[in-house]
Amino acid sequence: MRTTKQKLSGADIFFECLRQEKVEYVFGYPGGAVLKIYEKLYDVKHLKHILVRHEQGAAHMAEGYAKATGKVGVVLVTSGPGATNTVTGIADAYMDSVPIVVFSGQVATHLIGNDAFQEADIVGITRPITKHNFLVRDVNELASTIKKAFFIASTGRPGPVLVDLPKDVINSVCEFEYPDKVEMRGYKPTFLGHQNQIKKAAEIIKSAKRPLLYVGGGVIMSNGERELRLFAKENNLPVTMTLQGLGAFPGTDSQSLGMLGMHGTYWANQAVNNCDVLVSLGARFDDRVTGKVDTFATKAYKIHVDIDPTCIDKNVIVDLPIVGDVKHVLAELAAEMNEPLQIDDWWEQINGWREECPLHYEKNDGKLRSEFIIEKISEKTKGEAVVVTDVGQHQMWTAQYYKFNNPRSHLTSGGLGTMGFGLPAAIGAAFGVKDRPVVLISGDGGFQMNIQELATAVYNKLPVKLFIINNSFLGMVRQWQELFHDEKYSFTDLSESNPDFVKVAQAFGLKAIAVNSPSKVDDALDEAFAYNDGPVLIEFKVVKEDMVFPIIPAGKSVNEIMTKRLDPKEMV
Amino acid sequence: MKHTISVLVENQFGAFNRVATMFSGKGFNIHSISIGETENPEVSRMTIVTEGEDKIMEQVVKQLNRLIDTIKVIDLTGQTRVERELALITVFYQKGTRAEVISICDIFRGNVVDINNKTITLEITGPPDKIDAVVNVLEPYGIKEMARSGTVALKRGEQLKYDKNSVTQ
Repeated sequence: MRTTKQKLSGADIFFECLRQEKVEYVFGYPGGAVLKIYEKLYDVKHLKHILVRHEQGAAHMAEGYAKATGKVGVVLVTSGPGATNTVTGIADAYMDSVPIVVFSGQVATHLIGNDAFQEADIVGITRPITKHNFLVRDVNELASTIKKAFFIASTGRPGPVLVDLPKDVINSVCEFEYPDKVEMRGYKPTFLGHQNQIKKAAEIIKSAKRPLLYVGGGVIMSNGERELRLFAKENNLPVTMTLQGLGAFPGTDSQSLGMLGMHGTYWANQAVNNCDVLVSLGARFDDRVTGKVDTFATKAYKIHVDIDPTCIDKNVIVDLPIVGDVKHVLAELAAEMNEPLQIDDWWEQINGWREECPLHYEKNDGKLRSEFIIEKISEKTKGEAVVVTDVGQHQMWTAQYYKFNNPRSHLTSGGLGTMGFGLPAAIGAAFGVKDRPVVLISGDGGFQMNIQELATAVYNKLPVKLFIINNSFLGMVRQWQELFHDEKYSFTDLSESNPDFVKVAQAFGLKAIAVNSPSKVDDALDEAFAYNDGPVLIEFKVVKEDMVFPIIPAGKSVNEIMTKRLDPKEMV
Repeated sequence: MKHTISVLVENQFGAFNRVATMFSGKGFNIHSISIGETENPEVSRMTIVTEGEDKIMEQVVKQLNRLIDTIKVIDLTGQTRVERELALITVFYQKGTRAEVISICDIFRGNVVDINNKTITLEITGPPDKIDAVVNVLEPYGIKEMARSGTVALKRGEQLKYDKNSVTQ
């Protein structure tokens, strides 16, 4: 099947392919090897190019856009340093299964391997951190390669794909035809789960006394939130979510137990520890979830639904694997169920844990605390905003205190834990989402890692709300130093080197506010949410030494959960 | 336990590298790896001999399948198969031991492919354990150099049962 047939240059073919893929935004930065593409871009009307200030920013913006919209994020950078600067973003997208396609310029094919100016073997460099990558060696293969790249990135378990474009390929001319579909004998993602396995799973769930749904990012990626909600509500099942799963099930629903794992709620972790049937839906038994694998959910019959067969039996051996798209599997599972489970005892037990050890922070000492700010943001946005975080304590507090009611609303770097993800990802999300506020919650450390992208936000007049939780410390590292490294606060104190964030923001042209007491939080947030002419930044100066609780120390079991700072008197 | 895994991959730039990168990235062992064209020039066959617990081997097969360039992955372990390896072994000889070395080569149905006044080069083919045996026997004479191809393997064709009724008289 051929749609069009005409002679075009590689650069024209590139844009024609993006048009056919309905790409709205390209996050990029020009340079020598891609000058021909930028020459054509000058007249392109069907997409908007967003000029970033650093290529890492482009990769995270594409991620933010992709996570928030479910569409493929697109990056365009030059060869050599342009390409290598995207590596962290690509690795991040790989770990969190984000569909992005990165187009990198490359030196001309006859120069490859010669250490030419701005040459880097980016295909070699990114091989272990992409779902797949391509070096296009012939302009005749360009269109089919781009088609494959988008197909691979967006289907099955999504992930990043890199396409390396040598300068001579971009300049050559050939007949253009965009294939309607691609056939790759080595890539056939499975979508439907095995019927008998699904039937068996339903029987086991029906007979459960203490069932628990353990929901990951896969439910959101497959757009399975409706199926999940129906399945959980109609069968009276408790739901706990991973960091990436937050939003798949409404955080305000009484059946939500919040997040599980290292900084998960006490009751979610107790439920995992005591359940008799654990149904994992699009989650991968990450070490931040399981803690000590030998003690993880030992009483449970484990059912694991995942589209990626390599996730099955990788960290935890399960009893019943179902390989397939979680949305389809959930719909089929729901059809096999007949009546709500009678599990009042189990609910009573869970609610007992909920009362025994609720999330808690000090509210009465007049000091400004991160948890309070995040609760306020949750309240003001009614859990409806798109909330992007960076990495660290503020990220965990957001996961604990923001009540996410919608999928694609919690964008965070989970697998790779990339500081510097937040600001560019929020910018990318703001391009894709126009009907809900886009909020960044960042720390003072991570914010400085891609601070240059403030210029991108200002130039594009994006109404993003940038909230910096400034405790003048690399807080999460400081927390580990206090708990596990003999209180040696080695290189985590930023108090003498942090810039004045308000002045920095103002210099970039942002509206900026500083807040240092709880009584001013309400007004500042109202002002920020009312301002939509461009980005706005609030620097919250919070107490320095708060810690995220609960915490299950790395490699430990649920029983070793710490729910509060030890009193020095108790430690003797 | 040792596993012999046969992998059909697209015969194109980088496919071998993807497999090798995956093994090193995941920390899987490789005993030997060999690659060459198949009856279809668009497809290469890699034969990988690897070792690990069953759980790890299951992951190896899944991770191989997950690569976009792999077309088919067959774990030949436990299946009836033909496995062969080629070794070129250069051995020192002295007055009086040359005939011994050649007779060892004959016993293992190898060929003498080169000789000079100090060394003799033998070509041995067979299953890997046979090559090991030859190496063992030759070691006392002094092995100067050795090159082993790594295992290549194919599943055996299905055995047809002898049916006496179909025998024509």
